[in-house]
Amino acid sequence: MLKNYIKIAWKVLLRRPFYTFITLFGITFTLTILMVIASFVDHLIGNHYPEVYRDRSVYISRVKQQDSLRQSTRISPLTFQFLNQYAASLKSADKVGIVNMFNQANAYSNGQRIKLGVKYANPEFWEVARFDFLEGKPFNEAHIRNRDNVVVISDKLRGQYFGGNGPATGKTIEIDNERFRVIGVVKGVPSTRPMTSGDAYFPYTVSKSNYEKQGYIGSFVVLATAKTRAGRKAIEEEYAEIIRRIPKPLEDDGMRVYHMESEALPYLESWLSNFVEEDGVPKFYSALFLLALVILLLPTINLVNLNISRIVERSSEISIRKAFGAPSSTILWQFVVENMFIALVGGVIALAFTLVVLTMINQSGWIPNAVLVINFPVFLVSILLCLLFGFISGVYPAWRMSRMPVADALRAG
Amino acid sequence: MIKLTAIEKVYRTSTIETLALDNINLEIPKGEFVSIMGPSGCGKSTLLNVMGLLDNPSKGAVEIDGMEISRYSDKKLARLRNQKIGFIFQSFHLINDLSVLDNVEIPLLYRTSTGRSRRELAKEALEKVGLSNRMKHFPSQLSGGQKQRVAIARAIVGKPEIILADEPTGNLDSVMGAEILNILLQLNQEGATIAMVTHDEQMARKTNRLIRLFDGRQVS
Ligand SMILES: Nc1ncnc2c1ncn2[C@@H]1O[C@H](COP(=O)(O)OP(=O)(O)O)[C@@H](O)[C@H]1O
Ligand SMILES: [Mg+2]
Repeated sequence: MLKNYIKIAWKVLLRRPFYTFITLFGITFTLTILMVIASFVDHLIGNHYPEVYRDRSVYISRVKQQDSLRQSTRISPLTFQFLNQYAASLKSADKVGIVNMFNQANAYSNGQRIKLGVKYANPEFWEVARFDFLEGKPFNEAHIRNRDNVVVISDKLRGQYFGGNGPATGKTIEIDNERFRVIGVVKGVPSTRPMTSGDAYFPYTVSKSNYEKQGYIGSFVVLATAKTRAGRKAIEEEYAEIIRRIPKPLEDDGMRVYHMESEALPYLESWLSNFVEEDGVPKFYSALFLLALVILLLPTINLVNLNISRIVERSSEISIRKAFGAPSSTILWQFVVENMFIALVGGVIALAFTLVVLTMINQSGWIPNAVLVINFPVFLVSILLCLLFGFISGVYPAWRMSRMPVADALRAG
Repeated sequence: MIKLTAIEKVYRTSTIETLALDNINLEIPKGEFVSIMGPSGCGKSTLLNVMGLLDNPSKGAVEIDGMEISRYSDKKLARLRNQKIGFIFQSFHLINDLSVLDNVEIPLLYRTSTGRSRRELAKEALEKVGLSNRMKHFPSQLSGGQKQRVAIARAIVGKPEIILADEPTGNLDSVMGAEILNILLQLNQEGATIAMVTHDEQMARKTNRLIRLFDGRQVS
């Protein structure tokens, strides 16, 4: 039966090019937009280079301090000292990377200034963030112990500073008037991943890093992996306990602090906490859902409309099918399947369009180093969206069609 | 066998009430070829639709092969139509999106059958109406007479006992009309029970019995 429905749907498509074009255009356009958005969201929050363990990681990105009346509030990343002492020793964590958020430096090549995003990190940083080393190696405990002036640079900086793609390992680079030995070159990270994106990665012991600052208000964050997804909870709780145990009030960075909050959170929550105070994740998904709904609504209404107008056109077909033995439920399913099939065809075309659009975005350099992809979950969601779309836009007209009185349509001379 | 007892059909709209059928009592035994005549609007199509289970009477009982169908569900009625009744209409009602062969296969889609057996039966039915060389055509590529022959093939493909034809020759010239009648007479010879609405006295005379309607009442 299903095969027959699809066969009929296919024939209807082929025999009505104009209707087909309008329908497919609406579906394809909508789904392409949705899939590009989905891909972008996935790019922002999914497991992607080099933060491939995001789904089993927690992030400590900020501390919030308030006075006794909660009138003045400051929010900031933390000090290396605090994180190294308390976060790095979290028992429930597998690996704990510590790295600063935003720091800039300059290098000069042939009199041209190169602005750099610089990162100061502990050696475990390289284990929670899996960088591709195009050459060389990351720094390790020995470099830290010897306070070596070494650096890992991005492929982009290698090109800008040393020219070409030739090896840079072992060469010297001067950054902010200090000389460093290049020990590795990594593939660049898009700026949309602020914890790992940078041009030069130093051991935290280099002089500029400010790693010896005491207290809480600093410039460092933590990426900590758990052994499993579920293991994140334990880290969150262990860290919460540490924060709770800190005696308050305390004196920090020129402020008397009565209330202090800092949380280890999954990436999405941690990222959203920059924008919304509470319930970031449900709000985020509600917003996405609403957006998808609005985008889907217009073409759905349009399609429902087209379908209803076709009821009249196809009333003879429906009546004939009923007269020759199709129960109303079968008619209903025929039209629902027909719609879902059309939506799926639209989905396949949209998939191709999406690939083109994503390739264009990737090549435009709009987000440096970004590689937007249609990954499996995005694809799956898209297929589901197609089916849902077909279902929604098909079911009401189909219901109307199936309930149509047969006799009248067949009587007409 | 079709049996109608005290059938009444009232169409109600917000403004008017039309009594389309008024106390119709009718029995068509198995194998009979009945023609129905009467002026336009007298209720012929309504009568055929009631017999064909496409429309519920407002009052009275319809029996098909001794089964009283008034309490049948939509599904059961559909099954009964599928197995016992074939329809032919004045304006053919072929599905333009489907080829001749696919059109003829329609009644078989709603029973358990394989694609291959459907194709075989459809070809057989088309041969019977002399159209086996037009299987891949679409309705728009056929003449009126050919369309009606496709419609007949569709009506007989499921081998129903009853054929209900509502002015099957109404849109055709006399030569094609005669051809169609011959096919129906042939089918009747082979055992089909047929009720046909017509305006043509000569055609009606070739059938076993003539029923005249006037204003929803049977007058002879
Ligand atoms: N759906 C309907 N609603 C209201 N009146 C109808 C409807 N269908 C048919 N009628 C009326 O019922 C009467 C019989 O119609 P019909 O059976 O089509 O006549 P015939 O086929 O003999 O020309 C006509 O007066 C027609 O206007
Ligand atoms: Mg009529």
